[in-house]
Amino acid sequence: MDIKDVFRSLSEASGVSGYEQELVRPIQEACKWADEFRTDKLGNLIMLKKGTGPEPRPKIMLAAHMDEIGLIVTKIEKDGFLRFSTIGGFDQRVLLSQEVVVHGKMKLSGVIGAKPPHIQTSGEQSQAVKMEDLYIDLGFETKEQVEELVQIGDLITIKRDVVDLQGSLMAGKAFDDRAGVAAILECFKVLASIQHQADVYGVATVQEEVGLRGAITSTYGIVPEIGIAIDVGFGDQPGLQDSDTIALGKGPGVAYGPHVHPKIYERMVETAKEWSIPYSMDPSPHPGGTDAYAIQVTRAGVATILLSIPLRYMHTPIETLDYEDVKRTGRLMAMFIAGIDNEFVEGLTCF
Amino acid sequence: MLLARLTEVNGAPGQEGEVRNLIRAEVEPYVDEIRTDSLGNLYAIKNAGAPGPTVMLAAHMDEVALMITGIEGNGYLKFRSIGGIDPRVLVAKTVVVGEKKVPGVIGAKPIHLQQPNERQRAFTMRELLIDIGARSKEEAERQVKLGECAYFTTKYEEIGQNRVKAKALDDRVGCALAIRLIQSDVSYPLVAAFTVQEEVGLRGAGVAAYQVEPDLAFVLEGTTASDVAGIDEHKHATSVGKGPAITVVDRSVIPHPGLVKELLALADEKGIPVQVRRNTAGGTDAGRIQLTKAGAKVGVVSVPCRYIHSPASVLSKDDFEHAYQLVKSYLERLEESEGSR
Repeated sequence: MDIKDVFRSLSEASGVSGYEQELVRPIQEACKWADEFRTDKLGNLIMLKKGTGPEPRPKIMLAAHMDEIGLIVTKIEKDGFLRFSTIGGFDQRVLLSQEVVVHGKMKLSGVIGAKPPHIQTSGEQSQAVKMEDLYIDLGFETKEQVEELVQIGDLITIKRDVVDLQGSLMAGKAFDDRAGVAAILECFKVLASIQHQADVYGVATVQEEVGLRGAITSTYGIVPEIGIAIDVGFGDQPGLQDSDTIALGKGPGVAYGPHVHPKIYERMVETAKEWSIPYSMDPSPHPGGTDAYAIQVTRAGVATILLSIPLRYMHTPIETLDYEDVKRTGRLMAMFIAGIDNEFVEGLTCF
Repeated sequence: MLLARLTEVNGAPGQEGEVRNLIRAEVEPYVDEIRTDSLGNLYAIKNAGAPGPTVMLAAHMDEVALMITGIEGNGYLKFRSIGGIDPRVLVAKTVVVGEKKVPGVIGAKPIHLQQPNERQRAFTMRELLIDIGARSKEEAERQVKLGECAYFTTKYEEIGQNRVKAKALDDRVGCALAIRLIQSDVSYPLVAAFTVQEEVGLRGAGVAAYQVEPDLAFVLEGTTASDVAGIDEHKHATSVGKGPAITVVDRSVIPHPGLVKELLALADEKGIPVQVRRNTAGGTDAGRIQLTKAGAKVGVVSVPCRYIHSPASVLSKDDFEHAYQLVKSYLERLEESEGSR
């Protein structure tokens, strides 16, 4: 299967933070270039592709999170409607009239509803519908029918098939950060056809959306010298300032900020130029939002960098990206990895 | 399935072609004559000129949609609603645009870059844009023409307890009823009128009634149901699963009281669940049909639908079936009384 098709099916699969198991097998099956696979106690999937350098070889960790934001059942109302809360950051305004899947005893389709228009007071349409007034309609008549299939604490995901837009643009849910996982697969595929000295650990991390938690344990277990986090970055879109965004279709954003090692940044940019891979410089004054932040301060410290795949409408059910940017991100990482040897790694601690 | 096929075609007011073509093919085997008029209303006619009253079954083909009104320099599409749509239901949805069915999405600002108070205010229609992934105005113009419409992409699906989730149930459920009812074995003139432009002011129905000159007309609708979480029971306009709704009064019409009484009695006699619509807002084609020429006797039979005019509405297949049985029983009863004359 083409990695783009793998990405499509990963987007449509379900994996709310802490409940990512459904994703492990398809990622592992798609990654035919790895030598070893393991999972850790939190559920991180670790895929190792060994290098050819003399031992001890440098270790490079690539991290992209496979969890997605989602919803959780908090109450079953008397007519069988479900009330819910969120896991991860949702704007209440994107939820109205969305189709969802409730992961009860079986997967149940539902619709998010609110108060019908004809019983709203005038002016109500200018106010957002509050999260607490939203509910899920599963099409049942009674609380008892629903209780046989659903319980409080069951997870809910957005139901959305991937849509192909013009050119190589695609829209769907959970591109944040299954696009990063796809970039790791693209990287491994390139690595299979070139020489690299370092051992490469591709990690599909868990629980990023609730606090970078999977990256903490996976990095501790791997003990890498270099960590590359691949996440999504704010793509150019109407209503946002250019300085807050990176343009779609022009390659990954290469972050520069406190969570980025200057020598890695320099080498990454040189690599991009050498191989004519487009990229955008991504000044990053707030380092906290991605796995790079957790990887950097693990054990005795890790030299890190963040690559951002430009993504419009982040944390909505129609996140939009240019798949060429995913491929470019994978290729850039592979070419960067090919140039890493022990000497470069030793230089990382010398300031 | 008929209702699935009907809801998955698109037809904005004035652009009902896809729906019309589908219905034409569906009814053709069952009627003597099919024709259209200058607005695009479609008529399926049986027993024209036969003795007895002319009965008209009316259902509108159009659905609310978004008309493309501008293409921005960067390739984004501006739109306005055609028919009533609450802009809040549009955020973060997928659509298809125009004849070519070009896929697009209606975007929203990432939560990370918002001020918390922004989330209390709803987006207005003017703030929202459709993104088809075009990189320039020129690229977008190759795919989309101004005046074309964008539609929701919701797939028909059966959910829960014998219920249906789909787009445009208002009024494809009425179209489905009329397609089934025109197959009734009667000897008096029976006309199914599939009307246009209901959502922009009941435009097609008056023209249709002028031509059909019905003695009796049934308007078949998908009407709002508000039996949802957090809404007091006395505010439930109709309830899903409690049978078809009979209109006694709404903003457009007071249906013939004798007919209302007959329908309720017939439902009782046949054991068909039925409810009276408990909301006087809204209007239907019945308002126009009743006032055409020297007037017609009209009745409105509706299938309750939750979330009408949104991407995904919900109805009960039982209500759909019971609506069919109720009108069908009426048509049969009329046949009996006409035959004994």
